[in-house]
Amino acid sequence: MQALTNRAKAVDRRPMTFAEKLYIPAIAKGMGITLKHIFQRKATVSFPEKKRDFSPVFRGLHILNRDEEGRERCTACGLCAVACPAEAITMEAAERKPGEENLYREEKYAARYEINMLRCIFCGFCEEACPKDAIYLSETFAPANYQRKGFIYGKDDLLIPDPKEGK
Amino acid sequence: MAEEKKLFKVKIDNISVEVEPGTTILNAARQIGGEIVPPAMCYYSKLQGSGGKCRTCLVKVSKGSDADPRPMPKLVASCRTTVMDGMEVSNITSPEVLEARKGVVEFLLLNHPLDCPVCDQAGECHLQDLSYEHGADSTRYEFKRRTFDKVDLGDKIKLHMTRCILCYRCVYTADQLTEKREHGILGRGDASEISTYISQSLDNDFIGNVIDVCPVGALTDQTFRFKNRVWFLKPVDAHRDCENPKCCGKTVLWMRGNEIFRVTARKDKYGEVEAFICDTCRFDKKDVKDWIIEGPRKIERHSVISQGHYVNTVKPKDALVEVLDGRQPKLLFNIHSESQVNRPDIDLSKIHGPAHSDDFKK
Repeated sequence: MQALTNRAKAVDRRPMTFAEKLYIPAIAKGMGITLKHIFQRKATVSFPEKKRDFSPVFRGLHILNRDEEGRERCTACGLCAVACPAEAITMEAAERKPGEENLYREEKYAARYEINMLRCIFCGFCEEACPKDAIYLSETFAPANYQRKGFIYGKDDLLIPDPKEGK
Repeated sequence: MAEEKKLFKVKIDNISVEVEPGTTILNAARQIGGEIVPPAMCYYSKLQGSGGKCRTCLVKVSKGSDADPRPMPKLVASCRTTVMDGMEVSNITSPEVLEARKGVVEFLLLNHPLDCPVCDQAGECHLQDLSYEHGADSTRYEFKRRTFDKVDLGDKIKLHMTRCILCYRCVYTADQLTEKREHGILGRGDASEISTYISQSLDNDFIGNVIDVCPVGALTDQTFRFKNRVWFLKPVDAHRDCENPKCCGKTVLWMRGNEIFRVTARKDKYGEVEAFICDTCRFDKKDVKDWIIEGPRKIERHSVISQGHYVNTVKPKDALVEVLDGRQPKLLFNIHSESQVNRPDIDLSKIHGPAHSDDFKK
């Protein structure tokens, strides 16, 4: 059979010579390679203590943003959900009542907002689709969990803390 | 033998068509169909006297008629101008018309709030389509927009006067369909607004049709308010035997699962209803048992409403149960046990009017 490339090498099937049977030169050669790598730069970091910088375009865990006055920006327009290729986002809208103006920016808001992180592929289309600058993909990972139900992120997981409450 | 009528021969964008005398240019174009049909925001073929308000249907008449071949000096509103024999009209072939239409869209959007993320009409709004197809990319308007407070016209219809483009369709609907018109246009020019004069509720039978004829989100269904976005609902053709002799009972149900979120009349490709429906069908029959379902409604492929509606798909056979000798696979996680959205115990469509914070606290 003709080889596809001429880089193929035939395996040497001859019986080993006495020097090869001793293995010592081979071991020394292997240790040499190992020693050489000790002094080279490591490709890994020891994660929890040392963290790598994220790329500026990294897309991680979602957050729901608030405006300057601490009101929720999301109006439940559904554009993130319609843009989502994985169909991970669901929401239910409600009307703002008089007296809730300090909580919600517009007359309509998302009473429920849920992202299924098991489905999410972190493509960032929701962020692109949002007309109200309400959803952002932050520079953090979605933390691991032992159970699937830990990956259903509701509004209390996604919404950033109210800056007024900290004061 | 009936006297044979002389048909007028007109040319619209170099396509010839023969129409009866008295036909408007817009209707002649609709007989040809396709891209050359001018858009219309105020003209409604089912309402007498409508048209001539919005100026989006402007066309250029390059030849008046065979008898008088002079062109018309200005662009004319095609919904109001009747054809003449030998008339030549250009719509999309004339850059002048396209430029004028762009200007008209800019005028219509001057006072429009662009609150599409909040508006229930988004996704089926004619102004959205019009500005997407014919409008400029951004606004040049720098001044404060005209604003009005929201008004409840009864418990079924919500009026957002801020969004209104004053097309008068709802006024004609109330005149021609209901017993008594209770709303109209007050004021003049920039100050004109749809109103009931002294705050009054609209509760005539058939008044719900003003929601369907409204090309923008100015008149919306209060029972559907903020319940869901139209593109997440599944439109289904359905009918029922309506007691009202004037009502055809043929509707579109906008469903999600087995819940009926809203009922509308069936709309044709120009966004005009095929036949008007009564308020009982529209507002009070929100149970699947009330209706005889005909099948899914055909939605144009370009509409956002058609997203996620897959037609003619063949579902592959799930071989797993067969391999497991008839045993059902073990469900590791049921999304409803954890998800707070679409909870089976809360039927959003059953709440009257929009949901509020206390509806979700239950």
